[in-house]
Amino acid sequence: MATQPTAISDWLVVLPLLLCLAGAALLLVVRDRGRAQGWVAFALVAVVSVSDGALFERVLSLGPMSMTMGKWLPPFGISFTVDVLGAGLATIAALVTAAVVLALLLDADEAASQQGLYSLVMLLLAGVTGAFLTGDLFNLYVWFEVMLMASFGLVVIRGEPLQLDAAVKYAVPNMLATLLFLAALGLLYGTLGTLNMADIVGAAQHADPALLLAIAGLFVLAFGMKAAVFPVNAWLPASYHAPPAAISALLGALLTKVGLYAALRLLLMLLPEARSGLSTVLLVLAALTATIGPLSAMAETNLRRAIGFLLIGGVGVAFLALADTNVGTASGAVLYIVHAMLTFGALYLLAGVIERAAGSADTREMGGLYGTSSWLSILFFLLLLAVAGVPPLLGFWPKLLLLEGFVSAGDWIAVFALLINGLLTLIAAARLWSFVFWRPRSEPPERPRGTAPAVLLIGVIVLTGLSPNLLVRAANVAAADLLHPARYIAAVGLAP
Amino acid sequence: MIEPAFVLLTGLFAAAGIYLILSRALIRMVIGVVLLGNAVNLLIFVAGRLSRGAPPILPGSGSVRAADIVNPLPQALILTAIVIGFAMFAFLAALALRAYQQMDADDTDHMRLTEPDHQPQPPLEY
Repeated sequence: MATQPTAISDWLVVLPLLLCLAGAALLLVVRDRGRAQGWVAFALVAVVSVSDGALFERVLSLGPMSMTMGKWLPPFGISFTVDVLGAGLATIAALVTAAVVLALLLDADEAASQQGLYSLVMLLLAGVTGAFLTGDLFNLYVWFEVMLMASFGLVVIRGEPLQLDAAVKYAVPNMLATLLFLAALGLLYGTLGTLNMADIVGAAQHADPALLLAIAGLFVLAFGMKAAVFPVNAWLPASYHAPPAAISALLGALLTKVGLYAALRLLLMLLPEARSGLSTVLLVLAALTATIGPLSAMAETNLRRAIGFLLIGGVGVAFLALADTNVGTASGAVLYIVHAMLTFGALYLLAGVIERAAGSADTREMGGLYGTSSWLSILFFLLLLAVAGVPPLLGFWPKLLLLEGFVSAGDWIAVFALLINGLLTLIAAARLWSFVFWRPRSEPPERPRGTAPAVLLIGVIVLTGLSPNLLVRAANVAAADLLHPARYIAAVGLAP
Repeated sequence: MIEPAFVLLTGLFAAAGIYLILSRALIRMVIGVVLLGNAVNLLIFVAGRLSRGAPPILPGSGSVRAADIVNPLPQALILTAIVIGFAMFAFLAALALRAYQQMDADDTDHMRLTEPDHQPQPPLEY
């Protein structure tokens, strides 16, 4: 099938990416147009979300699609292979980016937008979308670098000392992680002689298991650093609170999730044997991450740093699925990534609103916001419940799937880690809410403004929480394709 | 056989890179990242075999011995990685310079803006 030129309708596979890259260039051209630029960016991201959504719908109904560039047939050419997992996550990423662009518009930072703020946001989305849609390991590395470069620019865009400091702590570990990823993929290529993901699945079955185990360990370290898994998580709380809140939201919602996605793809689909060899290590790391995250959040006085620690706890929850894999836990992890993207995006956006109203980022100096705006307190409360996984919000369903999977597999350590994470997160979240809204404060805070982008995301969280059927079904399909990738391989045009 | 020499060189580069990254001075860390990047590039280079036997082109008739030719794909991969690594180095160098100018510090021990030294406790009552 790959010998035929790709049908025009199948170009949908690369359309979101083309739109992102062309949009970034266009935004650079119109960077002096003030607010108009922001609206152009919003329209572009909206179009990207629609094309992502169309791709998702098609993949969900017809199965994975693939497109190989140039006249180099797979496994030699670079393939873009889209399954439900990739298309779904790309759609959610574009949705979150739309809310973030809206928040940046309301912020109206003239100087930053002249320096290419919206272009960088578009490039970041391009990197994330590319990473979700590609079917080639080296291409995945390239998209990681695109994403990294754009995020560097976004962290330092204001150029204040705080942001430079954050950029140092963000840049060095993340570059190190990408280098480890590159080394691991070089070793994998040396062992298997192929970089096409569909081809690796078959080739890995005949390779030396000990060698693959070592390479998989290197991949775990690289993606663990990207996803902020304990003990290589210290860079995240040191950097995510420094840039403007809308940018924190973008980084917090997208970047660690790409690390998680790559870990799922590599360990569940490409190297399943090596994963089961590493499962004890993965279980210990995931359980520690899931407990230490919320515990650190309790001891934190900076609002956005505390949210960063809650985010790390969530990464641990999703990582638990790597330790003990069956269709139930894998679909739970996939759904958790979706939930975390939406929830942490909204949480960082609301944190920005709160910090502006309180005039401080320190939870000890906040308080009294409940009297000024009970509406804001309800929104924030809803999000904190979603993070902890309280029904009927979206956060509940992935935890239910994970719990079901662990119980059916009899993995009680994972069950315990999951429940402890929920409890600690709830305590940390409740404390955070009381500090921000309930504590007395002498002079009343300003009226909060600009909740609209967060409300958009919270609307999605509540609606999908109330009727999760579509998302759960899609997550089940995504998990089944990860664990039994015959459809994926057939779509690329290789023999399974 | 030149491969073992390259393998040793790769290890040397990686060791030097990691040693420098562990330093407190920002400029050393930047150089360490570059060295480590080059170690990884060398690693991929060696993975494609090193030989001067024959160009990796199949003649119209007949065949070439696999041991004579070098896999050209890793070289293409490194080319991409070198370009990306160069851009990253440019960013890191600029960042190190700005950090030095704005915070008057090349020592990461003195960069405590995002994580203050004596972090206060959160309030104990509501």
